[in-house]
Amino acid sequence: MIAVLLILVPLLTGFASFFIKNEKTVRSWALFSSLVTLGVSLTGLIWLKDPKYLSHTCEWLPALGSSFSVKLDGLGLLLTLLNAISFPVIFIATWNTPYRKANNFFALMLLGQAGMMGVFLAMDALLFYFFWELALIPMYFLCSQWGGEKRIAVTFKFFIYTFVGSLLMLIGILYLYNKTTSHSFSIQAFYDAGATLSAKQQNLVFWLMFIAFAIKMPIFPLHTWQPDTYEQAPTATTMALSGVMVKMGVFGVLRWLFPIVSGAAFQWGDFLTPLSIIGMIYASLIALRQDDMKRLIAYSSIAHIGLLSAGLFTQNTSGLQGVMIQMFSHGINIIGLWIVVEWIERKTGTRKLSQLGGLAQTAPSLAVFFVIIALANIALPLTNAFVGEFLIFNGILSSYTQYYLWFTVMAGICIILGAAYTLRMVRKAAYGNTNEITGAVTDISLSEKVALGIIVLLIFCIGVFPQPMLDLTSGVTESIANKFEVIRYPVVMPK
Amino acid sequence: MNALIVSAVLGVVMMFSSVWLKSKAAIRNVAIAGMVLLVAVNIMEFCGVQLFHIDTKGMISFDKFALVFNTVIFVSTLLYYLLSARDMEKVGLNYAEYFALIFFILCGVTLSSSFQSLLVLFLGIEIISIPLYILTGSDKRNLKSNEAALKYFLLGSFSTGILLMGIALVYGAKGSFNTEVIDAYFQGSPSVLLIGGMLLLMFAMAFKVSVVPFHFWTPDVYDGAPTVFTSFMATIVKAAVFVAFIRLFDQAFGLLQAQWQLFIAVLTALTLLIGNITAVFQQSVKRMLAYSSISQAGFMLLAVYAMNTDAKEGLLLYTAAYCLATIGIFAVLIKMSDYTFEGFNGLAKSQPLLAATTTVFLLSLAGIPMTAGFLSKFYMLKAAMATGKNLWLVIFAVLMAAVSVYYYFRVIQAMYFKEGEPQQISATASFKWTLIFLAALVILLGIFPGLIIGWLYF
Repeated sequence: MIAVLLILVPLLTGFASFFIKNEKTVRSWALFSSLVTLGVSLTGLIWLKDPKYLSHTCEWLPALGSSFSVKLDGLGLLLTLLNAISFPVIFIATWNTPYRKANNFFALMLLGQAGMMGVFLAMDALLFYFFWELALIPMYFLCSQWGGEKRIAVTFKFFIYTFVGSLLMLIGILYLYNKTTSHSFSIQAFYDAGATLSAKQQNLVFWLMFIAFAIKMPIFPLHTWQPDTYEQAPTATTMALSGVMVKMGVFGVLRWLFPIVSGAAFQWGDFLTPLSIIGMIYASLIALRQDDMKRLIAYSSIAHIGLLSAGLFTQNTSGLQGVMIQMFSHGINIIGLWIVVEWIERKTGTRKLSQLGGLAQTAPSLAVFFVIIALANIALPLTNAFVGEFLIFNGILSSYTQYYLWFTVMAGICIILGAAYTLRMVRKAAYGNTNEITGAVTDISLSEKVALGIIVLLIFCIGVFPQPMLDLTSGVTESIANKFEVIRYPVVMPK
Repeated sequence: MNALIVSAVLGVVMMFSSVWLKSKAAIRNVAIAGMVLLVAVNIMEFCGVQLFHIDTKGMISFDKFALVFNTVIFVSTLLYYLLSARDMEKVGLNYAEYFALIFFILCGVTLSSSFQSLLVLFLGIEIISIPLYILTGSDKRNLKSNEAALKYFLLGSFSTGILLMGIALVYGAKGSFNTEVIDAYFQGSPSVLLIGGMLLLMFAMAFKVSVVPFHFWTPDVYDGAPTVFTSFMATIVKAAVFVAFIRLFDQAFGLLQAQWQLFIAVLTALTLLIGNITAVFQQSVKRMLAYSSISQAGFMLLAVYAMNTDAKEGLLLYTAAYCLATIGIFAVLIKMSDYTFEGFNGLAKSQPLLAATTTVFLLSLAGIPMTAGFLSKFYMLKAAMATGKNLWLVIFAVLMAAVSVYYYFRVIQAMYFKEGEPQQISATASFKWTLIFLAALVILLGIFPGLIIGWLYF
């Protein structure tokens, strides 16, 4: 019931939006729709906890062994909540941004949201693939239609990249499907089939599917689409992309990869963790030299995702728990940063740090919010990111690999680099003397205050009191971690 | 049997209709009414109503697969008439004859989708081919059309020769034209005659469905023929021959699968590679669609390669998905004055509906979920995967599907994201409604493929 509504509300309201020609009306309509979705999501989280409300299964393609099966578990609740919170915030923050053909813009945004909801809810591999692609198509049109100058080529690169990845994933899904005893696409059948695979077969499936997730996250060296796309996309779309969509990759690993081919995932951990850490350092160093704020945040996002991926491959409770929290926190924080950048660009017409400065004098409220979100981006204690990153570091330090100390130290360096580039951005944009561009700027209006207020509230709430969120996801985390526990310390049966 | 006789009679009726009917609209309406009748009698046979009782001595068998396939083909042709019949007027003076030829082709399609004897297969293929040679050259004053017709005729008759030779060799080995006798169980290794005949048959069929390396005629012929008829050739005819292909290898050479499977796999890979890579470099949308038809043939060939239940169901869905989408794109293309990619620039602004429906068709051809194209590709991959070997082929196929996104999306980019001079396009309301219907059908089949496949188990 709840699960179906989470997909249906944005889907139907999205289609309806195509036909609302008045710009003001369609804005309100989109905001209304996203608030309804948020309401549904909160209802499922707080009041209707009974499993019968949270899952739904009906027949879809019986001949293929696929059914329309959706379910909200801890992981799903967390990410649908992130998805549901993000869109109202995005719509409020960009309330004053003008769009050509606003009806199409908002319709596609809502359809994208519906697609992502489906990804987080699907309990059937074919359905999962369906939504995985459906989330991409609206984003493709959004970026190519409303983006910057080089939008067409850049978005195309993004599309082809992800499309190749998802097609390989489709092969992986089909391969597993042929190994299921009941010829079914249901997640349970996949879990069972994964356990029967030989080591070689596990490796094959692991790589077929992991490439799709790695491109989506993105992990070094598959990240090259990301900075360009974030820079060229309209900022509202960038928020959806970086806030929610990249979590699809992490989510995919947690739901569709680790539980199915845990053996291969364990084996490749020592290869992929260094790759993630190299990506972190590399992205952080590039971020240090960026002049364009959008590119800077894009690279900062790669660095953060690198940490998430390193956290994934710790494959222990602490690391995975950290990943859960950090997925949510990263989404919130980066949307906050984009709101600030979008506002700056709209008011001053530039994103170049070299042309900015002194915004704290002309827009003091903005500066306050900006600093808080920046500090959250650095993961200062009391902010949400601290909880997640602390748990991830704890996880890396206690992980099974013999190189754990190296990994911890190298990842730790990135935290310092992160502080360096984030503070450099704040200093150059908000402090110093005003110039002719920033001198005439007036402070943020009510809609931005509301949006940033929500973000800052969430930052502190999770930072100070993370326990509910930890409780929410602990079940999923435990079950995944246990799978690896069995591999590390196989139980020897007494003869 | 109903459809076979009715389509032949309708062909004759159309030939004489130009004598009695003076207005082109009347001829068109008769043709459309005839097509509706054809669909109706075919469905009647499906429901068990036989209008004609003729003993074919086991040479023809109208089984469920053939009947469902015929329905798909006839409905596609009906939609093709509704969309493009008006545009046939521009080709030449012999308006009624074009319809007559198309009905004759449909008669051949009925034969080749239900044959049980190699002779009937030969008849079917020939009845399809000869009217096609005429349609290709129907733009008599256009040199390119003439060239295409001649090229098609020469190469086509050559491949017919090979087909006959193959049939003769198989007859020599087995002493019968009947597919059941040919496929009867035998001990020991198959004779050289049989293998040789099978290979020749494979080459001839591969030529007809433009499988690499027998594809060289396709781009020139598709490009040279009047665009209305290219649309028909590239979709309905190709699908029909494909069904004959899979029927032949299923019924006559099922036991020899070990001998031909790897061969077909290599042909599939080559077709996908050449079709997709060459399509990327085309500047004209019409030529791009010609190469895209080759690459789509590569995907359909996966069904022949896998040859299991999924493959047959999937081929049915694939032909429907491919025909609907390609007919739709061609219908829009015919209305354009400029066939290059630049010609599509800014179409979304001047003709938002045409652009939107074309986008659905292109997404379907590219195999994006929620369109029929995705599920049909999915069926093909699933079938190939179920053989349990040659995983490289499946991976190669999806990589090539990713390449195809490049050229299909170029059209979408031109329509939506590039500015251009708005073209003068005359689209009637009924044309637009048919397009919407077609697009809706593509999406509907993409969510509920059972709408077609379910009939096989009705």
